[in-house]
Amino acid sequence: MEFQSCVKIINEWDIVAARQLGRNVAKELGFGTVDQARITTAISELARNIYLYAGRGSVCIEKEYEHGKSGMKIIASDEGPGIQDIRKVMEDGYTTSGGLGAGLPGVKRLMDEFDIDSFPSKGTTITTIKWLR
Amino acid sequence: MEYRENMKNKYREALSTYLQDQTEQALYQGQKISKKSIEYNIAPEEIINIHKNILMDVYPDTPEKVLDSFDFLLEVMMGYGFAYREHQNLRHIQQELESEIKIAANVQSTLLETTIPNVDGLEIGAISVPARQMSGDYYHFVQDEKKHIGVAIADVIGKGIPAALCMSMIKYAMDSLPEHRHNPSSVLESLNRVVEHNVDPSMFITMFYGLYNPEKHLFSYSAAGHEPGFYYEAATKEFTDLSARGLLLGVDKKTKYVQYEKKVERGDMIILLSDGVTECRTSEGFIERETLIKFIQKNMHLHAQDIVHHLFKQLEKMQHFQLRDDFTLLILKRNV
Repeated sequence: MEFQSCVKIINEWDIVAARQLGRNVAKELGFGTVDQARITTAISELARNIYLYAGRGSVCIEKEYEHGKSGMKIIASDEGPGIQDIRKVMEDGYTTSGGLGAGLPGVKRLMDEFDIDSFPSKGTTITTIKWLR
Repeated sequence: MEYRENMKNKYREALSTYLQDQTEQALYQGQKISKKSIEYNIAPEEIINIHKNILMDVYPDTPEKVLDSFDFLLEVMMGYGFAYREHQNLRHIQQELESEIKIAANVQSTLLETTIPNVDGLEIGAISVPARQMSGDYYHFVQDEKKHIGVAIADVIGKGIPAALCMSMIKYAMDSLPEHRHNPSSVLESLNRVVEHNVDPSMFITMFYGLYNPEKHLFSYSAAGHEPGFYYEAATKEFTDLSARGLLLGVDKKTKYVQYEKKVERGDMIILLSDGVTECRTSEGFIERETLIKFIQKNMHLHAQDIVHHLFKQLEKMQHFQLRDDFTLLILKRNV
Protein backbone atom coordinates (compact mmCIF):
# COMPACT_ATOMS: atom_id res chain seq x y z
CA MET A 1 0.00 0.00 0.00
CA GLU A 2 1.50 3.24 -1.08
CA PHE A 3 -0.21 5.58 1.30
CA GLN A 4 -2.56 5.19 4.18
CA SER A 5 -3.26 7.54 7.00
CA CYS A 6 -5.84 7.11 9.72
CA VAL A 7 -7.58 9.16 12.34
CA LYS A 8 -9.22 7.55 15.36
CA ILE A 9 -12.73 8.80 15.99
CA ILE A 10 -13.56 8.98 19.67
CA ASN A 11 -14.86 12.47 20.28
CA GLU A 12 -16.28 15.27 18.17
CA TRP A 13 -12.88 16.98 17.69
CA ASP A 14 -11.63 13.90 15.89
CA ILE A 15 -14.16 14.67 13.16
CA VAL A 16 -12.25 17.89 12.49
CA ALA A 17 -8.94 16.01 12.41
CA ALA A 18 -10.38 13.53 9.88
CA ARG A 19 -11.65 16.39 7.73
CA GLN A 20 -8.24 18.08 7.87
CA LEU A 21 -6.48 14.90 6.82
CA GLY A 22 -8.95 14.41 3.99
CA ARG A 23 -8.58 17.96 2.78
CA ASN A 24 -4.79 17.82 2.79
CA VAL A 25 -4.74 14.63 0.73
CA ALA A 26 -7.45 15.94 -1.62
CA LYS A 27 -5.44 19.11 -2.22
CA GLU A 28 -2.27 17.13 -2.79
CA LEU A 29 -4.00 14.98 -5.37
CA GLY A 30 -5.20 18.11 -7.15
CA PHE A 31 -8.93 18.12 -6.41
CA GLY A 32 -10.62 21.48 -6.96
CA THR A 33 -12.34 23.50 -4.25
CA VAL A 34 -15.79 22.04 -4.87
CA ASP A 35 -14.59 18.45 -4.83
CA GLN A 36 -12.51 19.15 -1.74
CA ALA A 37 -15.66 20.36 -0.02
CA ARG A 38 -17.55 17.28 -1.20
CA ILE A 39 -14.87 14.92 0.08
CA THR A 40 -14.63 16.62 3.45
CA THR A 41 -18.41 16.66 3.78
CA ALA A 42 -18.47 12.93 3.11
CA ILE A 43 -15.74 12.39 5.71
CA SER A 44 -17.69 14.53 8.19
CA GLU A 45 -20.84 12.49 7.71
CA LEU A 46 -19.06 9.16 8.03
CA ALA A 47 -17.07 10.26 11.07
CA ARG A 48 -20.19 11.70 12.69
CA ASN A 49 -22.00 8.41 12.25
CA ILE A 50 -19.14 6.63 14.03
CA TYR A 51 -19.12 9.20 16.82
CA LEU A 52 -22.90 9.14 17.27
CA TYR A 53 -23.78 5.48 16.75
CA ALA A 54 -20.69 3.35 17.28
CA GLY A 55 -18.88 5.41 19.91
CA ARG A 56 -15.46 4.77 18.43
CA GLY A 57 -13.85 3.78 15.17
CA SER A 58 -11.52 5.19 12.56
CA VAL A 59 -11.40 7.02 9.26
CA CYS A 60 -8.55 6.08 6.93
CA ILE A 61 -7.51 7.80 3.73
CA GLU A 62 -5.73 6.12 0.82
CA LYS A 63 -4.58 7.38 -2.54
CA GLU A 64 -5.87 5.22 -5.34
CA TYR A 65 -4.41 4.71 -8.80
CA GLU A 66 -6.27 2.69 -11.37
CA HIS A 67 -6.26 2.63 -15.19
CA GLY A 68 -4.29 5.84 -15.31
CA LYS A 69 -6.64 7.79 -13.08
CA SER A 70 -6.03 8.80 -9.55
CA GLY A 71 -8.45 9.17 -6.71
CA MET A 72 -8.97 9.17 -3.03
CA LYS A 73 -10.40 6.37 -0.92
CA ILE A 74 -12.06 6.86 2.44
CA ILE A 75 -12.51 3.86 4.73
CA ALA A 76 -14.69 4.46 7.76
CA SER A 77 -14.87 1.52 10.13
CA ASP A 78 -16.17 0.84 13.58
CA GLU A 79 -16.95 -2.04 15.87
CA GLY A 80 -20.30 -0.65 16.89
CA PRO A 81 -23.74 -2.25 16.88
CA GLY A 82 -23.86 -2.57 13.08
CA ILE A 83 -26.75 -1.77 10.81
CA GLN A 84 -29.75 -4.10 10.92
CA ASP A 85 -31.26 -3.23 7.57
CA ILE A 86 -28.73 -1.74 5.15
CA ARG A 87 -31.33 -1.28 2.42
CA LYS A 88 -33.32 0.90 4.80
CA VAL A 89 -30.42 3.23 5.69
CA MET A 90 -29.59 3.60 2.00
CA GLU A 91 -33.10 4.95 1.36
CA ASP A 92 -33.60 8.68 1.08
CA GLY A 93 -35.80 10.20 3.71
CA TYR A 94 -34.97 7.56 6.30
CA THR A 95 -33.71 9.17 9.46
CA THR A 96 -33.19 8.14 13.03
CA SER A 97 -32.60 11.16 15.24
CA GLY A 98 -31.87 13.18 12.12
CA GLY A 99 -28.44 11.63 11.72
CA LEU A 100 -27.80 8.27 10.16
CA GLY A 101 -29.56 7.56 6.93
CA ALA A 102 -29.86 11.20 6.00
CA GLY A 103 -26.12 10.82 5.64
CA LEU A 104 -25.40 7.64 3.73
CA PRO A 105 -27.35 8.12 0.46
CA GLY A 106 -26.05 11.69 0.43
CA VAL A 107 -22.45 10.52 0.89
CA LYS A 108 -22.95 8.05 -1.93
CA ARG A 109 -24.08 10.86 -4.22
CA LEU A 110 -21.13 13.08 -3.31
CA MET A 111 -18.63 10.33 -4.14
CA ASP A 112 -18.07 8.09 -7.18
CA GLU A 113 -17.95 4.66 -5.59
CA PHE A 114 -19.57 3.46 -2.41
CA ASP A 115 -19.55 0.16 -0.61
CA ILE A 116 -20.90 -0.86 2.77
CA ASP A 117 -20.40 -3.94 4.92
CA SER A 118 -22.15 -4.28 8.21
CA PHE A 119 -22.70 -7.10 10.65
CA PRO A 120 -25.00 -6.76 13.64
CA SER A 121 -23.00 -6.45 16.88
CA LYS A 122 -19.73 -6.70 14.90
CA GLY A 123 -19.54 -3.32 13.25
CA THR A 124 -19.67 -1.43 10.00
CA THR A 125 -17.14 -0.62 7.29
CA ILE A 126 -17.90 1.93 4.62
CA THR A 127 -15.51 2.36 1.71
CA THR A 128 -15.94 5.18 -0.74
CA ILE A 129 -13.85 6.64 -3.58
CA LYS A 130 -13.73 9.93 -5.41
CA TRP A 131 -11.88 9.98 -8.73
CA LEU A 132 -10.01 12.97 -10.02
CA ARG A 133 -11.43 14.22 -13.30
CA MET B 1 -20.14 20.25 -19.97
CA GLU B 2 -21.06 22.50 -22.85
CA TYR B 3 -23.81 24.11 -20.82
CA ARG B 4 -21.41 24.63 -17.94
CA GLU B 5 -19.01 26.72 -20.10
CA ASN B 6 -21.88 28.61 -21.60
CA MET B 7 -23.35 29.21 -18.16
CA LYS B 8 -20.03 30.53 -16.85
CA ASN B 9 -19.92 33.06 -19.69
CA LYS B 10 -23.46 34.19 -19.01
CA TYR B 11 -22.70 34.39 -15.30
CA ARG B 12 -19.63 36.52 -15.98
CA GLU B 13 -21.61 38.83 -18.20
CA ALA B 14 -24.54 39.25 -15.85
CA LEU B 15 -22.34 39.65 -12.77
CA SER B 16 -20.12 42.26 -14.45
CA THR B 17 -23.14 44.23 -15.57
CA TYR B 18 -24.66 44.07 -12.15
CA LEU B 19 -21.51 45.13 -10.32
CA GLN B 20 -21.25 48.10 -12.66
CA ASP B 21 -24.82 49.39 -12.70
CA GLN B 22 -26.95 47.29 -10.32
CA THR B 23 -29.66 46.96 -12.96
CA GLU B 24 -32.81 44.91 -12.61
CA GLN B 25 -32.04 43.51 -16.04
CA ALA B 26 -28.86 41.87 -14.76
CA LEU B 27 -30.72 40.43 -11.77
CA TYR B 28 -33.27 38.98 -14.14
CA GLN B 29 -30.39 37.34 -16.04
CA GLY B 30 -29.27 35.90 -12.73
CA GLN B 31 -32.70 34.41 -12.13
CA LYS B 32 -32.65 32.83 -15.56
CA ILE B 33 -29.22 31.36 -14.89
CA SER B 34 -30.47 29.79 -11.67
CA LYS B 35 -33.39 28.15 -13.45
CA LYS B 36 -31.19 26.78 -16.18
CA SER B 37 -28.59 25.57 -13.70
CA ILE B 38 -31.19 23.60 -11.80
CA GLU B 39 -32.26 22.07 -15.07
CA TYR B 40 -28.68 20.98 -15.76
CA ASN B 41 -28.10 19.67 -12.22
CA ILE B 42 -25.54 22.21 -11.14
CA ALA B 43 -25.21 21.99 -7.37
CA PRO B 44 -25.40 25.08 -5.12
CA GLU B 45 -21.79 24.64 -3.96
CA GLU B 46 -20.63 24.73 -7.57
CA ILE B 47 -22.37 28.04 -8.15
CA ILE B 48 -20.48 29.57 -5.25
CA ASN B 49 -17.20 28.35 -6.66
CA ILE B 50 -18.07 29.72 -10.09
CA HIS B 51 -19.00 33.02 -8.48
CA LYS B 52 -15.71 33.21 -6.63
CA ASN B 53 -13.62 32.41 -9.70
CA ILE B 54 -15.43 34.88 -11.91
CA LEU B 55 -15.21 37.61 -9.30
CA MET B 56 -11.48 37.00 -9.03
CA ASP B 57 -11.23 37.28 -12.78
CA VAL B 58 -13.32 40.39 -13.24
CA TYR B 59 -11.96 42.21 -10.18
CA PRO B 60 -8.43 40.94 -9.62
CA ASP B 61 -8.00 43.37 -6.74
CA THR B 62 -10.84 41.88 -4.67
CA PRO B 63 -9.50 41.62 -1.11
CA GLU B 64 -8.19 38.17 -0.22
CA LYS B 65 -10.49 37.97 2.80
CA VAL B 66 -13.57 38.50 0.66
CA LEU B 67 -12.47 35.68 -1.62
CA ASP B 68 -11.76 33.42 1.37
CA SER B 69 -15.21 34.09 2.69
CA PHE B 70 -16.60 32.31 -0.37
CA ASP B 71 -14.82 29.11 0.66
CA PHE B 72 -16.58 29.39 3.98
CA LEU B 73 -19.90 30.03 2.26
CA LEU B 74 -19.28 27.03 0.02
CA GLU B 75 -18.89 24.80 3.06
CA VAL B 76 -22.09 26.16 4.57
CA MET B 77 -23.93 25.53 1.32
CA MET B 78 -22.81 21.89 1.24
CA GLY B 79 -25.69 20.96 3.53
CA TYR B 80 -28.13 22.63 1.16
CA GLY B 81 -26.57 20.79 -1.75
CA PHE B 82 -26.98 17.59 0.21
CA ALA B 83 -30.64 18.29 0.88
CA TYR B 84 -31.21 19.44 -2.69
CA ARG B 85 -29.89 16.20 -4.18
CA GLU B 86 -31.98 14.18 -1.75
CA HIS B 87 -35.03 16.19 -2.71
CA GLN B 88 -34.41 15.54 -6.38
CA ASN B 89 -34.10 11.83 -5.79
CA LEU B 90 -37.24 11.76 -3.65
CA ARG B 91 -39.10 13.60 -6.36
CA HIS B 92 -38.04 10.98 -8.83
CA ILE B 93 -39.25 8.22 -6.50
CA GLN B 94 -42.55 10.03 -6.05
CA GLN B 95 -43.07 10.21 -9.79
CA GLU B 96 -42.46 6.49 -10.09
CA LEU B 97 -44.92 5.78 -7.29
CA GLU B 98 -47.52 7.99 -8.86
CA SER B 99 -47.34 6.25 -12.18
CA GLU B 100 -47.50 2.89 -10.43
CA ILE B 101 -50.63 3.95 -8.57
CA LYS B 102 -52.14 5.22 -11.78
CA ILE B 103 -51.69 1.82 -13.39
CA ALA B 104 -53.07 0.11 -10.29
CA ALA B 105 -56.10 2.40 -10.40
CA ASN B 106 -56.72 1.36 -14.01
CA VAL B 107 -56.42 -2.29 -13.07
CA GLN B 108 -58.90 -1.68 -10.29
CA SER B 109 -61.43 0.08 -12.42
CA THR B 110 -61.35 -2.79 -14.93
CA LEU B 111 -61.74 -5.21 -12.06
CA LEU B 112 -64.71 -3.42 -10.59
CA GLU B 113 -66.50 -2.86 -13.86
CA THR B 114 -70.16 -3.76 -13.69
CA THR B 115 -72.92 -3.49 -16.24
CA ILE B 116 -76.11 -1.92 -15.14
CA PRO B 117 -78.89 -4.36 -16.05
CA ASN B 118 -81.60 -3.23 -18.39
CA VAL B 119 -84.96 -4.08 -16.88
CA ASP B 120 -88.40 -2.96 -18.00
CA GLY B 121 -90.06 -0.87 -15.36
CA LEU B 122 -86.91 -0.27 -13.34
CA GLU B 123 -84.55 2.68 -13.65
CA ILE B 124 -81.10 2.23 -12.22
CA GLY B 125 -78.60 4.98 -11.53
CA ALA B 126 -75.09 4.45 -10.19
CA ILE B 127 -72.10 6.63 -9.46
CA SER B 128 -68.87 5.80 -7.64
CA VAL B 129 -66.00 8.23 -7.26
CA PRO B 130 -62.82 7.52 -5.28
CA ALA B 131 -61.48 10.19 -2.92
CA ARG B 132 -57.94 9.43 -4.02
CA GLN B 133 -56.82 7.46 -7.03
CA MET B 134 -58.03 4.10 -5.79
CA SER B 135 -61.36 3.26 -4.26
CA GLY B 136 -62.36 1.37 -1.14
CA ASP B 137 -65.98 1.33 -2.26
CA TYR B 138 -67.48 -1.46 -4.28
CA TYR B 139 -70.77 -1.83 -6.05
CA HIS B 140 -71.97 -4.50 -8.35
CA PHE B 141 -75.07 -5.56 -10.22
CA VAL B 142 -75.89 -9.13 -11.24
CA GLN B 143 -78.87 -10.56 -13.00
CA ASP B 144 -79.61 -14.24 -12.49
CA GLU B 145 -81.45 -16.64 -14.82
CA LYS B 146 -84.78 -15.72 -13.19
CA LYS B 147 -84.08 -12.09 -14.14
CA HIS B 148 -83.76 -11.12 -10.50
CA ILE B 149 -81.36 -8.28 -9.97
CA GLY B 150 -78.77 -8.47 -7.26
CA VAL B 151 -77.26 -5.22 -6.08
CA ALA B 152 -74.24 -5.05 -3.81
CA ILE B 153 -72.65 -2.04 -2.19
CA ALA B 154 -69.69 -2.34 0.15
CA ASP B 155 -67.36 0.04 1.90
CA VAL B 156 -63.97 -0.77 3.38
CA ILE B 157 -63.31 1.36 6.44
CA GLY B 158 -60.37 3.46 5.36
CA LYS B 159 -59.38 4.63 1.93
CA GLY B 160 -56.62 4.56 -0.63
CA ILE B 161 -54.49 1.56 -1.54
CA PRO B 162 -55.08 -0.69 1.52
CA ALA B 163 -58.83 -0.30 1.13
CA ALA B 164 -58.56 -0.95 -2.61
CA LEU B 165 -56.61 -4.18 -2.09
CA CYS B 166 -59.24 -5.35 0.33
CA MET B 167 -61.95 -4.45 -2.14
CA SER B 168 -60.61 -6.72 -4.86
CA MET B 169 -61.05 -9.62 -2.47
CA ILE B 170 -64.75 -8.80 -2.07
CA LYS B 171 -65.03 -8.73 -5.83
CA TYR B 172 -63.53 -12.23 -6.20
CA ALA B 173 -65.60 -13.60 -3.33
CA MET B 174 -68.74 -12.23 -5.00
CA ASP B 175 -67.76 -13.76 -8.33
CA SER B 176 -67.28 -17.17 -6.81
CA LEU B 177 -70.69 -17.28 -5.16
CA PRO B 178 -72.81 -20.05 -6.64
CA GLU B 179 -75.47 -18.84 -9.08
CA HIS B 180 -78.40 -19.99 -7.01
CA ARG B 181 -77.23 -18.45 -3.78
CA HIS B 182 -78.25 -14.89 -4.25
CA ASN B 183 -80.38 -14.63 -1.16
CA PRO B 184 -79.15 -11.47 0.58
CA SER B 185 -78.67 -13.06 3.99
CA SER B 186 -76.75 -16.02 2.60
CA VAL B 187 -74.62 -13.79 0.35
CA LEU B 188 -73.54 -11.79 3.38
CA GLU B 189 -72.96 -14.91 5.43
CA SER B 190 -70.62 -16.37 2.78
CA LEU B 191 -68.76 -13.10 2.32
CA ASN B 192 -68.44 -12.69 6.06
CA ARG B 193 -66.65 -16.04 6.24
CA VAL B 194 -64.27 -15.06 3.43
CA VAL B 195 -63.47 -11.72 5.01
CA GLU B 196 -63.07 -13.14 8.50
CA HIS B 197 -60.64 -15.67 7.10
CA ASN B 198 -58.58 -13.42 4.85
CA VAL B 199 -58.45 -9.92 6.16
CA ASP B 200 -56.33 -8.24 8.77
CA PRO B 201 -58.40 -7.87 11.97
CA SER B 202 -57.97 -4.11 11.86
CA MET B 203 -59.85 -3.91 8.57
CA PHE B 204 -63.58 -3.80 8.47
CA ILE B 205 -66.03 -3.92 5.66
CA THR B 206 -69.63 -2.83 5.71
CA MET B 207 -71.97 -4.14 3.06
CA PHE B 208 -75.52 -4.05 1.84
CA TYR B 209 -76.95 -6.66 -0.47
CA GLY B 210 -80.36 -6.51 -2.10
CA LEU B 211 -82.26 -8.68 -4.54
CA TYR B 212 -85.00 -7.24 -6.71
CA ASN B 213 -87.69 -9.44 -8.13
CA PRO B 214 -89.05 -7.57 -11.16
CA GLU B 215 -92.12 -9.79 -11.54
CA LYS B 216 -93.47 -9.45 -8.04
CA HIS B 217 -91.70 -6.13 -7.38
CA LEU B 218 -90.29 -7.43 -4.16
CA PHE B 219 -87.04 -6.14 -2.77
CA SER B 220 -85.30 -8.33 -0.20
CA TYR B 221 -82.18 -7.14 1.52
CA SER B 222 -79.69 -7.61 4.32
CA ALA B 223 -76.92 -5.42 5.64
CA ALA B 224 -73.67 -5.84 7.52
CA GLY B 225 -73.20 -2.66 9.52
CA HIS B 226 -73.68 -0.58 6.41
CA GLU B 227 -74.71 3.06 6.32
CA PRO B 228 -78.51 2.92 5.92
CA GLY B 229 -79.91 4.04 2.62
CA PHE B 230 -83.33 5.55 2.04
CA TYR B 231 -86.62 4.22 0.85
CA TYR B 232 -89.00 6.61 -0.89
CA GLU B 233 -92.65 5.69 -0.84
CA ALA B 234 -94.50 7.42 -3.68
CA ALA B 235 -97.95 6.94 -2.09
CA THR B 236 -97.07 8.90 1.06
CA LYS B 237 -94.26 10.95 -0.55
CA GLU B 238 -92.12 10.05 2.42
CA PHE B 239 -88.51 9.03 2.86
CA THR B 240 -87.59 6.48 5.49
CA ASP B 241 -84.26 4.98 6.48
CA LEU B 242 -83.61 1.66 4.81
CA SER B 243 -81.95 0.20 7.84
CA ALA B 244 -81.16 -3.42 8.48
CA ARG B 245 -79.45 -4.92 11.50
CA GLY B 246 -76.26 -6.92 11.12
CA LEU B 247 -72.64 -7.01 12.24
CA LEU B 248 -69.79 -5.72 10.03
CA LEU B 249 -68.13 -8.31 7.80
CA GLY B 250 -65.08 -9.99 9.23
CA VAL B 251 -65.82 -9.66 12.95
CA ASP B 252 -67.27 -13.07 13.74
CA LYS B 253 -67.43 -15.93 11.27
CA LYS B 254 -70.68 -17.26 12.76
CA THR B 255 -72.64 -14.07 12.22
CA LYS B 256 -76.17 -14.54 10.90
CA TYR B 257 -77.85 -11.83 8.90
CA VAL B 258 -81.52 -10.91 9.02
CA GLN B 259 -83.28 -10.64 5.69
CA TYR B 260 -85.91 -7.97 5.17
CA GLU B 261 -88.46 -7.61 2.43
CA LYS B 262 -90.29 -4.68 0.92
CA LYS B 263 -93.04 -4.47 -1.67
CA VAL B 264 -92.01 -1.84 -4.18
CA GLU B 265 -94.87 0.20 -5.64
CA ARG B 266 -94.90 2.36 -8.72
CA GLY B 267 -92.77 5.49 -8.23
CA ASP B 268 -90.98 4.08 -5.19
CA MET B 269 -87.22 4.49 -4.94
CA ILE B 270 -84.46 2.56 -3.25
CA ILE B 271 -81.43 4.71 -2.46
CA LEU B 272 -78.20 3.00 -1.43
CA LEU B 273 -75.04 4.77 -0.43
CA SER B 274 -71.59 4.54 1.10
CA ASP B 275 -70.66 6.70 4.08
CA GLY B 276 -68.73 9.00 1.74
CA VAL B 277 -72.15 10.41 0.84
CA THR B 278 -73.41 11.04 4.36
CA GLU B 279 -70.03 11.98 5.76
CA CYS B 280 -69.60 14.65 3.18
CA ARG B 281 -68.17 17.52 5.19
CA THR B 282 -69.06 21.06 4.33
CA SER B 283 -67.96 24.28 6.02
CA GLU B 284 -70.94 23.82 8.39
CA GLY B 285 -69.99 20.29 9.41
CA PHE B 286 -71.33 16.97 8.19
CA ILE B 287 -74.20 17.12 5.80
CA GLU B 288 -77.54 16.18 7.39
CA ARG B 289 -79.51 13.25 6.07
CA GLU B 290 -82.45 15.68 5.73
CA THR B 291 -80.37 17.83 3.41
CA LEU B 292 -79.63 14.79 1.27
CA ILE B 293 -83.34 14.00 1.13
CA LYS B 294 -84.06 17.56 0.01
CA PHE B 295 -81.53 17.24 -2.80
CA ILE B 296 -83.08 13.97 -3.91
CA GLN B 297 -86.59 15.47 -3.81
CA LYS B 298 -85.47 18.34 -5.98
CA ASN B 299 -84.20 15.96 -8.67
CA MET B 300 -86.72 13.16 -8.24
CA HIS B 301 -88.47 13.81 -11.55
CA LEU B 302 -85.26 12.97 -13.44
CA HIS B 303 -84.00 9.60 -14.61
CA ALA B 304 -82.27 7.66 -11.81
CA GLN B 305 -78.88 8.08 -13.51
CA ASP B 306 -79.34 11.83 -13.71
CA ILE B 307 -80.40 12.00 -10.06
CA VAL B 308 -77.19 10.35 -8.84
CA HIS B 309 -75.14 12.48 -11.20
CA HIS B 310 -76.74 15.74 -10.05
CA LEU B 311 -76.45 14.76 -6.42
CA PHE B 312 -72.77 14.02 -6.75
CA LYS B 313 -72.10 17.32 -8.53
CA GLN B 314 -73.94 19.22 -5.82
CA LEU B 315 -72.14 17.51 -2.94
CA GLU B 316 -68.80 17.84 -4.67
CA LYS B 317 -69.33 21.57 -4.94
CA MET B 318 -70.44 21.84 -1.31
CA GLN B 319 -67.14 20.21 -0.27
CA HIS B 320 -65.18 22.61 -2.44
CA PHE B 321 -64.20 19.77 -4.78
CA GLN B 322 -62.32 17.87 -2.13
CA LEU B 323 -63.68 14.41 -1.44
CA ARG B 324 -62.71 13.11 1.97
CA ASP B 325 -64.00 9.61 1.43
CA ASP B 326 -64.92 7.39 -1.49
CA PHE B 327 -68.38 8.23 -2.72
CA THR B 328 -70.90 5.69 -4.02
CA LEU B 329 -74.58 6.28 -4.63
CA LEU B 330 -77.07 3.90 -6.26
CA ILE B 331 -80.74 4.54 -7.01
CA LEU B 332 -83.32 1.99 -8.13
CA LYS B 333 -86.61 3.52 -9.18
CA ARG B 334 -89.73 1.64 -10.21
CA ASN B 335 -91.38 3.62 -12.98
CA VAL B 336 -94.17 1.32 -14.24
